[in-house]
Amino acid sequence: MKDKGDHPEKPAGDRAMIELRHVDKWFGEFHVLKDVSLTVNRGEKVVVCGPSGSGKSTMIRCINRLEEHQKGQILVEGIELTGDVRKIEAIRREVGMVFQQFNLFPHLTVMENLTLAPTWVRHMPKREAEDLARHYLERVRIPEQADKYPGQLSGGQQQRVAIARSLCMRPQIMLFDEPTSALDPEMIKEVLDVMTELAEEGMTMVCVTHEMGFAQRVADQMVFMDRGEIVEMAPPAEFFAAPKSERTRLFLSQILRG
Amino acid sequence: MADIAHAAPARPLPQVYRWLRGNLFGTPLSTALTLLVLYVLIKIVPPLVDWAVVNASLTAPNEQACAVRGGACWAFITKWYRFILFGRYPHDEQWRPAVVVLLLIMLLVASCDRRLWGRALALLWAAGVAAVAWLMGGGVLGLPWVDTDLWNGLPLALILAVGGLALGFPLAVALALGRQSHMPGVRAFSVAYIEFFRGLPFITVLFMAAVLFPLFLPPGVSIAKLWRVEVAFILFLAAYLAEVVRGGLQAIPRGQYEAAAALGLGYWRQMRLVILPQALRIAIPPLVGTFIGGFKDTALVSIVGLFDLLQDVAVGTNDPSWRGAYIEGYTFVAAIYFVFCYAMSRYSRSLEARR
Repeated sequence: MKDKGDHPEKPAGDRAMIELRHVDKWFGEFHVLKDVSLTVNRGEKVVVCGPSGSGKSTMIRCINRLEEHQKGQILVEGIELTGDVRKIEAIRREVGMVFQQFNLFPHLTVMENLTLAPTWVRHMPKREAEDLARHYLERVRIPEQADKYPGQLSGGQQQRVAIARSLCMRPQIMLFDEPTSALDPEMIKEVLDVMTELAEEGMTMVCVTHEMGFAQRVADQMVFMDRGEIVEMAPPAEFFAAPKSERTRLFLSQILRG
Repeated sequence: MADIAHAAPARPLPQVYRWLRGNLFGTPLSTALTLLVLYVLIKIVPPLVDWAVVNASLTAPNEQACAVRGGACWAFITKWYRFILFGRYPHDEQWRPAVVVLLLIMLLVASCDRRLWGRALALLWAAGVAAVAWLMGGGVLGLPWVDTDLWNGLPLALILAVGGLALGFPLAVALALGRQSHMPGVRAFSVAYIEFFRGLPFITVLFMAAVLFPLFLPPGVSIAKLWRVEVAFILFLAAYLAEVVRGGLQAIPRGQYEAAAALGLGYWRQMRLVILPQALRIAIPPLVGTFIGGFKDTALVSIVGLFDLLQDVAVGTNDPSWRGAYIEGYTFVAAIYFVFCYAMSRYSRSLEARR
């Protein structure tokens, strides 16, 4: 896989970066994803919301094959996700993921967390990887924490390190799986600010989140999922002002009440 | 034993008195236990000192002469220590196993230093193993040949233990990973292997290696008993270590695997860079416990006719002049084992203390 260099300064074309075609998935008997189809174009920001257990996390975890789908097709940058480990690893190199629980490596310093994948996966020289890491630590505004261990940082700082760790691989796509759900309220903003900046720079993003303010600011498309299905998909203005489905309306009224 | 808070005195008391009150006589139960322990010590320590020091004989022509004084016959050790340590290794060549023992200890000590971990240490070990093989066996470069049957005593125990550690541990990690594998064949093999060896007493495995295995070799082929026993020890120890490593692996949250995978790291790199460093650290205390147990198990090889430290003592006490000196002999051997095991346990403490 060739290195695509720095990401999407290119104008947002209509080239599909992610395509889900009629995807189904079961956990045992439980039908978690029902005929899900979704297209995300280059530079597009998609925010996925829905009640818990609606399959939204499962869906984005299928995009980098942390979960396996059983029916339908998933294409990322034109490569179809199958059992082929090489393809899966190639796609994971291009797709960054940020988790609810941060999942930083506790036995490594922040700097080591950031340089691990570039040095071992991209075979980047150590010096270069460290420069890159410092660059992204500044972007997420914690350059002074490089030599600390994750356990010494606050939740918000840890999540920003996790974002920087993904960015160090210079991904084409970033997936966010409820990135602020495990954070104390006063730390949510610092993480959302970083994500907003990233969005403004043209990164292709799929975010599972309940932060509707953030969604209104950055989303090109809102996706509402319930019981494993995509119930509604619309640009945010339309989605928030005039939701078509009763289920969407109910969900929005519950989530926006607070 | 006692709650220090209870012992806080109303007015200043002498330091010693306060310490006694705080630690030994704080509560009635504490006082009772202190007195009981004192009583036991008074009963045991003076006779022990009499035996080991006051009435002991450091030099004596034979056990009978020691018996006259009534104390420990350390003369047996001063007379026989070379045989106990090196067994039947040719007397004039015993500097060789002595150097080997020092070399192995130095290598083990060097391996304890985390800063040395890496390629240099691997090279050091390769050189060390070659040197050990040359010194023990000889046959080339001016050293006379010494058969492995004569590799006795302490070098035997250390070679078995170091081999078990150096080869058994990687095998254990492989088995532990295999047991978690998604590939049914690999998983089934690992489970079967681990359960098989854990289901057998070590002595049985030793007998299989020493007695049974040679029957299956084609005629004309023979493998020295030392190596058969070494392999048996490695295979046996690996099964136990594998379960300890698995325990460490299970303590690592799924998110760690997922984060490593999401960064594009392949399976082996996930394991090597992210999972194992964390899992092995968690597993250090039980790993060292298993190592220590394994090291002590090397004493069992005397049962299949290898001359380990215990067997050497047995030979010594068979000498009519020293019949009955086995307590002193076994005490000496116990002290040797203790030094090694205690060192291992101290080292594990220092590893745990690190973050």
